[in-house]
Amino acid sequence: MLAFFNSLPGAVAQGIIWGIMAIGVFITFRLLDFADLTVDGTFGVGGAVLAVCVASGMNVGLAMLISFAAGCLAGLATGIFHTCFGIPAILSGILTQLALYSVNLRIMGGKANTAVSAKNHSLLITLSNIPQSLIVGAVFVVVLIAVLYWFFGTELGHSIRATGCNSNMARANGINTNFNTIIALVLSNGIVGVSGGLYAQYTGFADVNMGRGAIVIGLAAVIIGEVVFGKLLKNFALRLLAVSFGGVIYYIVITFVLRLGLNSNDLKLFTALVVALFLGVPFWKGKITQKKLGRKNSESVEVTTDA
Amino acid sequence: MLEVKGVHKTFNPGTINEKKALRGIDLVLNEGDFVTVIGGNGAGKSTLLNMIAGVYPVDCGNIIIDGKDVTKFPEYKRAAFLGRVFQDPMTGTAADMQIDENLAIASRRGKFRGLGIGVKRKEKAKYREILASLGLGLEDRLTSKVGLLSGGQRQAITLLMATLKKPKLLLLDEHTAALDPKTAKKVLDLTQDIVAKDNITTLMITHNMKDAIRVGNRLIMMNDGKIIYDVSGEEKKKLTTADLLKKFSETNGEEFANDRMILN
Repeated sequence: MLAFFNSLPGAVAQGIIWGIMAIGVFITFRLLDFADLTVDGTFGVGGAVLAVCVASGMNVGLAMLISFAAGCLAGLATGIFHTCFGIPAILSGILTQLALYSVNLRIMGGKANTAVSAKNHSLLITLSNIPQSLIVGAVFVVVLIAVLYWFFGTELGHSIRATGCNSNMARANGINTNFNTIIALVLSNGIVGVSGGLYAQYTGFADVNMGRGAIVIGLAAVIIGEVVFGKLLKNFALRLLAVSFGGVIYYIVITFVLRLGLNSNDLKLFTALVVALFLGVPFWKGKITQKKLGRKNSESVEVTTDA
Repeated sequence: MLEVKGVHKTFNPGTINEKKALRGIDLVLNEGDFVTVIGGNGAGKSTLLNMIAGVYPVDCGNIIIDGKDVTKFPEYKRAAFLGRVFQDPMTGTAADMQIDENLAIASRRGKFRGLGIGVKRKEKAKYREILASLGLGLEDRLTSKVGLLSGGQRQAITLLMATLKKPKLLLLDEHTAALDPKTAKKVLDLTQDIVAKDNITTLMITHNMKDAIRVGNRLIMMNDGKIIYDVSGEEKKKLTTADLLKKFSETNGEEFANDRMILN
């Protein structure tokens, strides 16, 4: 148990990074109603770009910007597949994700991973300095939420939300839904790229497989955040905060079950089952209330016929 | 204001589900015309409206709005000229967005949407005033999600959205059909008020023959993808539902005769 508490700050720091990624996932999954599987590839792109840039001596801030831009390009690819090629949302994401595996290998010069040690480079966030990582992570979350809160309150932000909510209404009001879909995908994947860059710094390396299952973790964070804080946090900025908390909770739970003795090889299986469970809860809830309602109604009918 | 020239539309051509929805529509609407459209199921009324709005491309023919040929414009570009209200109250508004946000989106129809504030404070005051004039008690619920409103309220808001920025042409696709009779009357009254106040050219599909006769200055009847009756002015005012029913059966009778001739 003590070991678990000792590892808690590290878990929170990693959770914050996943929370940032989850905010990116939230934009596509919730606002655009688009399950974007590009994320698995984009997370790796962000990490690979950052690792290669920093390893070559670039300033880490600039490297983060390039991670963001690279993520944006990945989102653009998926957006073009979806709108110009007419490919369904999920398949567009899968195609980009697949392509990005090769791209990531290219970025890293054909190697499967690239190291960025905190000893040799000045990093924003690192395993070897957890207090600093926590502060930097928190600052990133706050700034990101503030920027997104502003952005989704602008005319362009409104048109993206309308596109996701009701594309017929959007088009009837002169909104180019294809363009807005692309913008949202670009923005979302840019954020995921940044989180990949942070993750590579934190763990000290980028790996071609680092993004595998990232979308599932992102969805887990979104859903956990909504289930746990949904009733409390209704305002848009607070919803984003809840999502990032979802990432933290997810990672704390993972750390806990690993401490309990779960084989880390089974982690992805465990994650998939947990997410399936959380996705199922709202569905079952609806069914149960429907059943209860039905029973109640039939009871009241019986009572009246008796009388 | 609106010119529809020789528009044809066939859905699923060359398949077993082929449906000739429009077979050569020619229609001219003058500025300020309020035209009601009636016709049986599958007559092509909604298709006609959707062709004008650009939901589907035309097979052939031209659509000209306010002197501009918009035949090749995508739906979102044509929206600059059009206000639309749909049969389903869910279609015209974004349920997850606030009332003021929906109105603000509509007020920017046809304009560039950049990084300006989505709903300015000045706009909020204006929307509050307009909503108060509806008398539905919505003026104090500017920040409520539209999804929480009733069908009638949503339809009233959609109507407001469609006319907030005066459209060249207002398209109403059975916009009261999904409402209860009392609410339907309210929304139709509101429609007439707004159209009269801003002198908006309007094309309204309705399934209610009484409304079709009572409302507007011109009436067209469609059957089997064609306009079969076009009446306006004094002649329209004198119409009765019996006249329209007769007209309906006349055309169906004609068709029957045609079929028989072919078979013979």
